[in-house]
Amino acid sequence: MKRATAIGVFAGETKGDELVIHANGMTCRESFSAKDRPENFYMVGSMGLPAAIGLGVALAAPKRDVVIWDGDGNVLMNLAVLAQVVDAKVENFWHVCIDNEAYDSTGGQVTISRTVRLDEVARAAGYKYVARVETPAAGGEEALRAAYRAFRAAKGPAFLLVKVEPGSVHGIGRVTHTCEEITRRFRAACGVRE
Amino acid sequence: MSQHKAFLEKARALGFNFFTGVPCSLLKGAFAELEKRSDFVPATREDSALGMAAGAYLAGKKAMVLMQNSGLGVSVNAVVSLNAIYKIPCVMVISWRGYQGKDAPEHIIMGEITHRLLDTIGVPHRSPDAEGLLADLSWANDEMAKRRAPVALVVREGVCG
Repeated sequence: MKRATAIGVFAGETKGDELVIHANGMTCRESFSAKDRPENFYMVGSMGLPAAIGLGVALAAPKRDVVIWDGDGNVLMNLAVLAQVVDAKVENFWHVCIDNEAYDSTGGQVTISRTVRLDEVARAAGYKYVARVETPAAGGEEALRAAYRAFRAAKGPAFLLVKVEPGSVHGIGRVTHTCEEITRRFRAACGVRE
Repeated sequence: MSQHKAFLEKARALGFNFFTGVPCSLLKGAFAELEKRSDFVPATREDSALGMAAGAYLAGKKAMVLMQNSGLGVSVNAVVSLNAIYKIPCVMVISWRGYQGKDAPEHIIMGEITHRLLDTIGVPHRSPDAEGLLADLSWANDEMAKRRAPVALVVREGVCG
């Protein structure tokens, strides 16, 4: 299974008003193509910061569920943010790491998650719930859906590592909203009055 | 009242309700005060602090980020590829190590280029003395709201201790 299929599964499970922060690159594009919603924050730049942004949202909106669709490259770039999440004791924080052991958006260069177990890093940092899904076989959506549901049902901060095969959908479109528009509609989705 | 207390009191009066950052000895009074408060979240890196502040803004908070000028180097990508393009404001309080070249060697170069670096990344800034600190906080508050972008106060030793 590749990342786009996994994101399709997660998007199908995203039925409420949960706020979803996306890692930059293909994660944004594949999620945007699967199901665009105002509660989605598509982070196009600032690699390494999706979990930091999500942490700020979770602290500022403690009654909302905040879900991060992160990637191995982003998590590796800023491991320290895992510690910040734990220290902040955010119960409304669910952190998915879609791990294809590659910088897929820049040409598929290797990441060191090929040797470093990011789920164990999250566990050592102190995430309250940690689970790992080995690369699902083709047609393995049902098992992944069950793992995602169990993860979302747990109290945060929770971490779900999903191994996938590298590779993205050929010719997939970019997010068509401007960054400013993403900010405006995400704030509106948070109930912020301008 | 001490400078940092007056500063944080004024910030609160202006509506700032989310504080984060990485400490500097020149800001230790401010950090000691912030640590007593529930609206302060410590950060491990300055770009993470800006990321958290951005998230807090997205959910309706008004954010202030405190750091040493060495952390401005760490912050550059967050400022230009997050705050600037998404129109996410905050006030950055940046301590000025290396002021007039009189400091430990690791602070000299950043102390010299801090203002130019802020200019380069498009962050308006003022460097108040102790008497002008509160007035310049009002300026930063107005400027940040107008631009929806980060605005910086660069503070020397003793200005916001």
